[in-house]
Amino acid sequence: MVSLAEPTTHGGEHPLLDLLSDFIVELRRAGLPVSLTENLDAMEAVTHIPIEDREAFKYALGATLVKNHAHWKAFEVVFEVYFSLRGPEYEVIREGDDAVRSDGEDGEVAPGDGQQPQGGGGGMQALTPEQLAEMLFKALMNGDAAMLAALARQAVTRFAGMEPGRPVGGTYYLYRTLRNLELDDLLEQLMEASREDAPEDLTPLEERLERDEFSDRIEQLKREIEAEIRRRLVADRGIDAMAKTLRKPLPEDVDFMHASREELANLRKAIYPLTRKLAARLARKRRHGRKGALDFRSTMRHSLSYGGVPAELKFRYPRPAKPEIMVVADISGSVAAFARFTLHLVYAISNQFSKVRSYVFIDGLDEVTRFFDGVEDIGEAVHRVNTEADVVWVDGHSDYGHAFGVFWERYNRDIGPKTTVLVLGDARNNYHASQSWILKEVQHKARKVYWLNPEPRAYWDTGDSIVGEYGNHCDGVFEVRNLRQLEAFVEKLV
Amino acid sequence: MSHRFEDVASVRTKLADARYLADEGIAGIVYLADRLGKPILVEGPAGTGKTELAKCVAEVTGARLIRLQCYEGLDESKALYEWNYKKQLLRIQTEEDSDWADIEDDLFSEEFLLTRPLLEAIRAEDPVVLLVDEVDRLEIETEALLLEILSEYQVSIPELGTVVATQVPLVFLTSNATRELSEALKRRCLYLYIDYPDLDRERQIVESKVEGINENLADQVARIVRSVRQLDLKKHPSVSETLDWARTLVLLGIDKVDAQTATDTVNILLKYRTDIDKAVKEFADNPDELVPEGA
Repeated sequence: MVSLAEPTTHGGEHPLLDLLSDFIVELRRAGLPVSLTENLDAMEAVTHIPIEDREAFKYALGATLVKNHAHWKAFEVVFEVYFSLRGPEYEVIREGDDAVRSDGEDGEVAPGDGQQPQGGGGGMQALTPEQLAEMLFKALMNGDAAMLAALARQAVTRFAGMEPGRPVGGTYYLYRTLRNLELDDLLEQLMEASREDAPEDLTPLEERLERDEFSDRIEQLKREIEAEIRRRLVADRGIDAMAKTLRKPLPEDVDFMHASREELANLRKAIYPLTRKLAARLARKRRHGRKGALDFRSTMRHSLSYGGVPAELKFRYPRPAKPEIMVVADISGSVAAFARFTLHLVYAISNQFSKVRSYVFIDGLDEVTRFFDGVEDIGEAVHRVNTEADVVWVDGHSDYGHAFGVFWERYNRDIGPKTTVLVLGDARNNYHASQSWILKEVQHKARKVYWLNPEPRAYWDTGDSIVGEYGNHCDGVFEVRNLRQLEAFVEKLV
Repeated sequence: MSHRFEDVASVRTKLADARYLADEGIAGIVYLADRLGKPILVEGPAGTGKTELAKCVAEVTGARLIRLQCYEGLDESKALYEWNYKKQLLRIQTEEDSDWADIEDDLFSEEFLLTRPLLEAIRAEDPVVLLVDEVDRLEIETEALLLEILSEYQVSIPELGTVVATQVPLVFLTSNATRELSEALKRRCLYLYIDYPDLDRERQIVESKVEGINENLADQVARIVRSVRQLDLKKHPSVSETLDWARTLVLLGIDKVDAQTATDTVNILLKYRTDIDKAVKEFADNPDELVPEGA
């Protein structure tokens, strides 16, 4: 593995190779594991593919550099930044004639200082906003991809109000452009128009399909606009600055506690394949990890093929005992997302345990095992836990002490020597009594007690966090801030 | 070294002749694999045509397909080569009085070597395509078996020496991603992810693979399948399931899908009861209540 801070050679006689090595350095900075061999493969691959064929070029780089589909998105963003079409037409301030695009469409001139389009230049400049809206409507109606791309460029020119050198992110410009296009209403208008066009009334199914089709086209328009803004920003601020702004953590490294709504949605998508993988791996490990006792009968049978010499020893399949799991999770605001993902993961691999019981608390505590009984859709059950469980006792601020008290009072009989107890939470107790003696008692009765904390280790025991005090009575306290750490812990648990 | 394809476009047209509709990415990577002499690791959801790709490439290049189906517990003797113990024993027994040195030389000769798929692909004189199917089913230790073949195209047999390939075979490895493959393996391969096709490609696939389907029905099938894939399901319909569904509709003599037919036949598309319930609900519901995706 080459170190991340590998110096890049500038000023060589191969501008493409220089760009490529900068590109790879940026991929590494974004967290993608690109090895030296892969680097060399990419260099060789591009000699077979002409850079003009942008799609093929992208796939060639992707195939050699990205070996995990979850990283593809991150790769695409960096690729867009480094190999976007750059040229005079993307200069933000310069006025003048635009280069005609290779696909033969008219480009357009960026406006000067105001947001008002100025005359001259390509064909779309002269349009009134109404005409533009109508063209957009038609393009969406007919699914005209080339037209949509041209309109996206025009929309950015008119509405984004991009100013050179201004240090705002692309999201701001995107928001401005989209607001001006009023896309939400557009969907309804499109539906209306397609209802009118149809010879007879649309059945609900047809209506649904039409709607999906239009949403898809609108999404495509949004992507075009986003790409267009990104291209112009790259032209304005330079590659390095843009790459830095756009750098985002990979899905498995996203912090549970600070994930944005979009990141959470991505996490939810990521957790399905993850649990499937984990379940398959654990089942396999269980079967293959250890060998069972010698199977004498089978060994004798196989020895017959070697003239009675027991050359090949056969073993019984091991049947290790499955642990029993109790999950006790804090679901107050700050750590709710973390509890959700952990519950999801634990239930997804529940066939690895002889029994799973789960409890959630804020200041009161409720058993939620019933939500998961006989339910196929774990996501749905987790959702119900969050909305239906009775977890508020006084004021709805975390009170670990009281919650543990309730847990001990009601369920201490169920803790046995086979039970592993997982406590999930940041141990921010709002200065209530800790009642840590309960955890001590639990540790006596249970096989193991583990505490999973979604906070970075540096914040532990600061402010009202008392994870250290609870930790004294646990067999292990783990920092679990992202999917990667969660997966590693669960695997160890089984 | 001669190449199998002249350029990316020719990969596409050739595969299309074999009724495999490759998109830009697939064609580009197959072309690259040919040029760089590297294996392709194909990942993606089940039923998107990963194995089919290898078969079709073999078909269009006129190569023999050698297939190694991976499973847990697959080992050297099943994947690479094995000495034919029983035959060796017989050999010793038939010539008990002859010189041991002679027998010994004889015992580890080609005659007693059972070649398994990987060795067979290496030793083949004619053009071959090697398909290592579902490589993620191998245990991580067994994966190492493949490494020598994939990077050097050779197999070392202690008793015989190293067998080097006379020609570089095109190698496909497929994986359903039930586990992370080792870095060492990934590093040696080009990576190709085959996702569900987009609307146009799926429609074309349906049209080319289903006999006697009309354009309208194909379009409708592709669109319904896309909508179903947007739902939050346990298992999304794969391309092969789409094709099964389209074939069923053709057999039933349906040329326009309405909510009723969709509900009646959805069990071909989806295999879990909860998924079927969800889809049926979506088909029948008043769509005005639904919030469209991404709007």
